[in-house]
Amino acid sequence: MPLILDLPIAISPNDMVKLEVRNVSKSFDGISVLQDVSLQLRQGELVSLLGVSGGGKTTLFNVISGLLPPDKGEVFLDGENITNRPGHISYMLQKDLLLPYRTIEDNVALPLLLKGVKKKEARVQASAMFAQFGLDGTQKKYPSQLSGGMRQRAALLRTYMFSSDIALLDEPFSALDTLTKSAIHGWYLDVMEKIKLTTLFVTHDIDEAILLSDRIYLLSGAPGKITGEILIREPKPRRTDFNLTPEFLEYKREILSLL
Amino acid sequence: MPRRNIPSLVAIAALLLTWQLVCMSGLIPSYMLPSPVDVLRAFVSELPLLWENSLITLQEAFIGLALGVGVGFLAAVLMDSFDVLYKAFYPLLIITQTVPSVAIAPLLVLWFGYEMTPKIVLIVISTFFPVTVGLLDGFRSADKDAIGLLRSMGADRLRIFRYIKFPTALPQLFSGLRIAAAYSVVGAVISEWLGGFGGLGVYMTRVKKAFAFDKMFAVIFLISAISLALMALVELAEKKCMPYRYLDKK
Repeated sequence: MPLILDLPIAISPNDMVKLEVRNVSKSFDGISVLQDVSLQLRQGELVSLLGVSGGGKTTLFNVISGLLPPDKGEVFLDGENITNRPGHISYMLQKDLLLPYRTIEDNVALPLLLKGVKKKEARVQASAMFAQFGLDGTQKKYPSQLSGGMRQRAALLRTYMFSSDIALLDEPFSALDTLTKSAIHGWYLDVMEKIKLTTLFVTHDIDEAILLSDRIYLLSGAPGKITGEILIREPKPRRTDFNLTPEFLEYKREILSLL
Repeated sequence: MPRRNIPSLVAIAALLLTWQLVCMSGLIPSYMLPSPVDVLRAFVSELPLLWENSLITLQEAFIGLALGVGVGFLAAVLMDSFDVLYKAFYPLLIITQTVPSVAIAPLLVLWFGYEMTPKIVLIVISTFFPVTVGLLDGFRSADKDAIGLLRSMGADRLRIFRYIKFPTALPQLFSGLRIAAAYSVVGAVISEWLGGFGGLGVYMTRVKKAFAFDKMFAVIFLISAISLALMALVELAEKKCMPYRYLDKK
């Protein structure tokens, strides 16, 4: 059984495509940052975009979230063209961006308030998710009273409150130390199993990408191009020692050769 | 009483005691420098008059402060929203502050008379500045990434203001307010010196003409106490509005 498929992986028309980025190019001051980038996310899929830091990943995120107009290309969500239209897809960054003057509960409820939900109702809806995200008891606390790992959980929950079917995560765990990171990976896979959030996960950490993803796009070069696509065939929920198996190393070797 | 306040309380007590001893020794004639005890006695005997005049001064201070903060807030929001306004008026704003308010007070009296108007105008002029500058700095220190995040969630400018810019600027607003509160009392007193029908400033000019040094000191201490009380009030509001800045760091 071949571990690595030839690219590109064909997406059959039967699969529900959630998010599609079609031929996006972007340059700043004449310097091309992204060139002809296309990718697709199917419903419920966790796809990583793996590439070196500063390789245009953040630019791509801003294009997808509608904050930045691409020079060329389009972004579709559920078949609808959302290019340059913010308010459809939110994201989560390495910086948790929790507002220091709002309690965790009010931070998490903020996306609902922005959608016009009444304050009381927003709190109720947000609080209902705290247990599932392992955040119980932090409702009335302020961000400064939480550890880095807990803050990232709260930031993820906030992203989830904005949209329960798609999220962009930009190196969400890269600021955490190794032990916290490994703990939060376990937590993350566990939560994703329950909420089935379609996720585009940007990272420069190869192990993290293999561990968490269903599929990995490799973004490299200057300007950034999609240079490879890898399917991780390890079923979910994943074995706890998956990252110690020969298969894992095989994936890693393959990725390193493609980057 | 917190322990850390003890040294300053001891220093104040020592100062008052020295003052009292100097007066009792007869080195300085008592009509020139009344002793703390004399001042206290004058304060008690003048209490009804002081109270009556305080109310007038406080009223001017409050109205002026409220208007000043309102004008300051509006100016800051406009200047933050339109860069042209910022570029046009920010330097002007700084320049106006080099003009001492004492210097324009007589003009205000000439224009607006002896009633409350010139006092309030002076207080507005001297209080809106710290509020505007504080708020502007606060607005500009808002986290760009946080603003981007809210935009990605579909927030418009008004909501970005409400959920990010304004709360980010609260600490600066309160430091501006504390200064403005102190200015408002001083501004009221100064403009009362130049003419008026009541208030602590008018009372001051009256006792000065009578060479009543003890009453003079009594009213000076009262003004300083009122300023302190106002600042304490601002601090209380600050703690109420920003509980997250006063968390127990355990």
